[in-house]
Amino acid sequence: MVGIIGYGSYLPRYRIKVEDIAHQWGRDPETIKRGLLLKEKTVPGLDEDTITISVEAAKNALKRADIDPKEIGALYIGSESHPYAVKPSGTVVAEALGIVPDVHTADYEFACKAGTEAMFVAYSLVKADVVKYAVGIGADTSQGAPGDALEFSASAGGSAFIFGKEGVVAEVLETFSYTTDTPDFWRREGAFYPLHGGRFTGEPAYFKHILGAGRAILEKSGYTASDFTYVIFHMPNGKFPLTVGKRLGFKKEQMEPGWIVNLMGNTYSGSSPTGFSATLDVAKPGDLILLVSFGSGAGSDAFIFKVTEQIDEVRDKAEKVRDMLENNRIYLDYGQYAKFRGKIVMNE
Amino acid sequence: MPSPRYHREIPQRYRLEAVKCNNCSKILFPPRLICPDCGFKQFEKIKLSDEGKIITFTIIRVAPAEFATQVPYSIAIVELNDGVRITTQVVDCKPEDLEIGKFVKLVFRKIQEEGKTGIICYGYKAVLT
Repeated sequence: MVGIIGYGSYLPRYRIKVEDIAHQWGRDPETIKRGLLLKEKTVPGLDEDTITISVEAAKNALKRADIDPKEIGALYIGSESHPYAVKPSGTVVAEALGIVPDVHTADYEFACKAGTEAMFVAYSLVKADVVKYAVGIGADTSQGAPGDALEFSASAGGSAFIFGKEGVVAEVLETFSYTTDTPDFWRREGAFYPLHGGRFTGEPAYFKHILGAGRAILEKSGYTASDFTYVIFHMPNGKFPLTVGKRLGFKKEQMEPGWIVNLMGNTYSGSSPTGFSATLDVAKPGDLILLVSFGSGAGSDAFIFKVTEQIDEVRDKAEKVRDMLENNRIYLDYGQYAKFRGKIVMNE
Repeated sequence: MPSPRYHREIPQRYRLEAVKCNNCSKILFPPRLICPDCGFKQFEKIKLSDEGKIITFTIIRVAPAEFATQVPYSIAIVELNDGVRITTQVVDCKPEDLEIGKFVKLVFRKIQEEGKTGIICYGYKAVLT
C-alpha cells in the first residue's frame, strides 16, 4: 500500500477583509463578496515566504508521520513564489527539517498546480521503491497586482504530504494528469505581477482541465461521483470549485470540508492541497476522496485517496486547518497590507 | 551577515542543535569545544525544545536600517523547556500582548535579507501560544 503517511499545513495569522481591498479601489464589496464568494484572505508576515511556510507545514506533517526525517529520500516544493530565482527552496527546507545531505530535492513551478506536481513525483518515487519516504509540498505567497481582481483572492499558505508504504493514512488508488498549452494566466521572467486573460481563465482553462482530469480519473477508476465522501478542487475563488463540482455530479456536502477559500483566499500551489488537508482533518476510515488541482498554462492533476484507520491515530498530533483559519487572526488595513506585500516603493 | 558565517550557524539557527556535557550535563547553545563549568571536552549532540516562556522583553521603536519596516517589534529572552535561554524576536503580536511568563513556541522565519540581491537569512523566532 502506497500513500500519505503524514500531512500538515501552515497558514499565516495575518488577514485582510474583502471590504478593505474593495474600499481602496472604489469597488462595491457586496458585489465582490457575492460574485467571488470570498470574505477574507491570509497575508504572509513580513518575515514569511514560501520557504518558511513549507518548513512549518512539513514540521506538522512530520508530527503526524512520526518517522526519522533522515529516512526521507526526496523533497519537492511546488510554488510560483520561490524566494530565489536561482537556489532551490528545497535546499533550505531540507536543511531545516534535518534531512540533508542524503536527499534529492527540486522546486516545481506550474502556476497553481505545482503542489500536486510535487505530490505526484513524491508518490511515484515511493511507489517505484526509489526512496523509502518522499515529501511533496505546495506553498505560495501569491502575487496579485494592485487593483486587479486577483488581489481579492491571492493569499499565503501551504501543505506538506509525506508518502510512504507503512503507516499509511490515505492510500493513493489512482492518479491522472491532463495538460495542454493554454495561455490563460502567466508571469514573464522578471515581471513582478502575473497577467491573465480575464474570462478566458474560466471555460477554456479552469473548467476544461478540471473536467478533463476529473472525468478521466473517474472513468479509469470505475468510480462515480456518489462513491466519494469528499472532493476538493482548486479554489481560485469560491464560485468556480462549486460550479465545476456540480458539473461533475458532486453535491455541496461532498465539497464543504475542503472548500476553505472564503476564509483562506487562493493560496495558489497551496490551494487544493490545503483543502485536501482540511478534508483529512475530518475524514473517517474508509472514506474515498477525490482531489483535482488546476494550474494555469494549463493542467490538472487528479488523485483518488482511500482513508485508512491510521487517520484516527494521527489527526490530533498537529494543528488542524480549520483551527488555523479561525484562531489567532490579526487583521490588516490596506496600507499595512500594501507594506507587508512589498507594494510600496521605498528608497534603497 | 557574511554568507560563510550564516552557513556555519545553520545547525543552530535552523534546527536548534546544542550539545550536552557528558560529565556535568550542562547544555551549551551554541555548542562549545570545552564545557565552561567542568572543563570536559566530550559532548552529546541534542536538539533543544521549541517551546518555552518569556523571561523578559523589550520593544524596539528605533531600529537598525534592515529592521526599520518592522517597528515596533519585540526582542525577548526566552527560556526553553530544557532551561536554555535564547534571545529572539517575538512576532505576530502587538507589543501590548506581551507579558513576562507568557508561553511561546519557536517558528522558522526570515531573519534578514542582504539587500534586494543578497542571500536571505533564516532562523528561529517566537510566537505566543
